[in-house]
Amino acid sequence: MPSLDDLKKRITSVKSTQKITKAMKMVAAAKLRKAQENAEKGRPYSEKMNNIILNLSNSITDKESAPRLLAGTGNEKVHLCIVLTADRGLCGGFNTNIIKKAKSFFEKTKSQGKSLKIITVGSKGYDQLKRVYGDQIIEKISFKDSKIANYLDAENVGKKIIELFEKNQFDVCTIFYNRFKNVITQIPQEQQIIPLKSSEVKENSVEDNYEFEPEEDEILSNLLPKNISTQIFKAMLENSASEQGSRMSAMDNATRNAGELVDKLTINYNRSRQAAITKELIEIISGAESL
Amino acid sequence: MSNVFKVEIINPEKSFLLKEDVSEVVVPAYEGDMGILKDHIPIISFLKPGLLRVIDKAFVEETYYVEDGIIEFKNNCLSILTSNIFDIKKMDRNKIKDILSEAEKDSQNNNISDQAKYLADQKIEVLRSLTLN
Repeated sequence: MPSLDDLKKRITSVKSTQKITKAMKMVAAAKLRKAQENAEKGRPYSEKMNNIILNLSNSITDKESAPRLLAGTGNEKVHLCIVLTADRGLCGGFNTNIIKKAKSFFEKTKSQGKSLKIITVGSKGYDQLKRVYGDQIIEKISFKDSKIANYLDAENVGKKIIELFEKNQFDVCTIFYNRFKNVITQIPQEQQIIPLKSSEVKENSVEDNYEFEPEEDEILSNLLPKNISTQIFKAMLENSASEQGSRMSAMDNATRNAGELVDKLTINYNRSRQAAITKELIEIISGAESL
Repeated sequence: MSNVFKVEIINPEKSFLLKEDVSEVVVPAYEGDMGILKDHIPIISFLKPGLLRVIDKAFVEETYYVEDGIIEFKNNCLSILTSNIFDIKKMDRNKIKDILSEAEKDSQNNNISDQAKYLADQKIEVLRSLTLN
C-alpha cells in the first residue's frame, strides 16, 4: 500500500503528463490541417503526371525501344527499397506499421533469393531497421531540418535513385509509405516505381490522339526521372499528413488514459486517507476505553 | 465566338495559376517556342528554360520564367507542369544573378551530358537577356 504522499506525487505527475500529451495533440491537430492541405494541393501535379505518362506509354508501339525506367532492366535480381518514415516518435503505430510492411516485403524477396538494398528516409526507420538489416542499408537520409515536405528534398532523393539505377545497382525499386485515408486510418503502402507499373489501366478513349514533340520516347526519357521525384514527393506529403494524424489520435488516447488513471488514483488516495482517519479514531477510542 | 481557352500551371506543391480566359500562350518548348491558340490539336511536349507568356483576352501579357516542365493540351485546356517557375515582375536582379551564376557553373562543368549542357546554355541566354532589360 503506497503512502498518501506517494499517491499524491503520482497524481501530480500523471496530471502533468496529461498536460503534455494534450498540448502535443493540439500541435499535431494544427500541423495536420496544414499537412492535409499540402497533400491536397500536391495531388493535381502527380495525377496529371501519371495521366501524361500513361498516355505516352500507351502510344509507344515499340516496347523494345522504351526507356529502361519504364521497361525495366530485364531481370529482377536486385531490389531497392525506399522506406519513408518520420523523424520523430510518439505517433502511435505510424512508424511501426511502415516497418512491418517493409519487413514482410524484405523477407519475401529474400526467400526468393533476390538481393536487397535499402535506403531509409527519416531517422526512425533507420533506427528500427539497422539491427536486422544493417548491412543492406546503403544510405540513410533525414530531413530533420526542413519542417514541411518540400519538392527539393524529394528531387534529391529521386536523383540519387536514378544515379544508382544508371550505374546498374538495382533492377526494381519499391517505396514504402503511409497513405493518408483519414485521421484515424493510415494505410501502409508499397509502390513499385521502377520499372513503372501503371496500376490503373484506364480505358483509352479514342480522342487521346496526341501529337508529340519531340518523339514519344524522348519525352518519356525526360519525364520518367521527374516522375520518380514526383512519386517520392507525393509519398512524402501523404506521409507527413499521416504522421500528424497518427500522432493526434495517439495523443488523444494518451490524454484519455491519463484522465482515467488520475480518476483511479484519486479514488485510491481518498480511500487510504479515510482508512487512515478511521484507524486514528479507533486508536483514540480504544485508548479511552482502556482507561 | 470567343477565342479563349483555359490554362493551368501546376507546381508540385500547389496550383500556381489558373486562368479560364486566355487567348494565347507562348511556351518555350524543347524544340523551339510554340504559340498555342484555341483548338490546337492535342499535344504533349516538354519545356526548356525560357520565357512563358500568357496573353489574356484583353491582350494583356504576363511573362514567367520557367526552367523545366511538361505541357499537355487537350480539349482546350492547357496544363503546364513545372517545378521551377517565377513571375518576371517579382524577380529582382539579385535573384536572376544567382540563378545565372549557377547556370554558368553548370555549363562550365564538362562532365555533363550534351543535353544538360544545351539546357544550361539556354538558361544562361534567357537570363542574360533578362538582366539587360
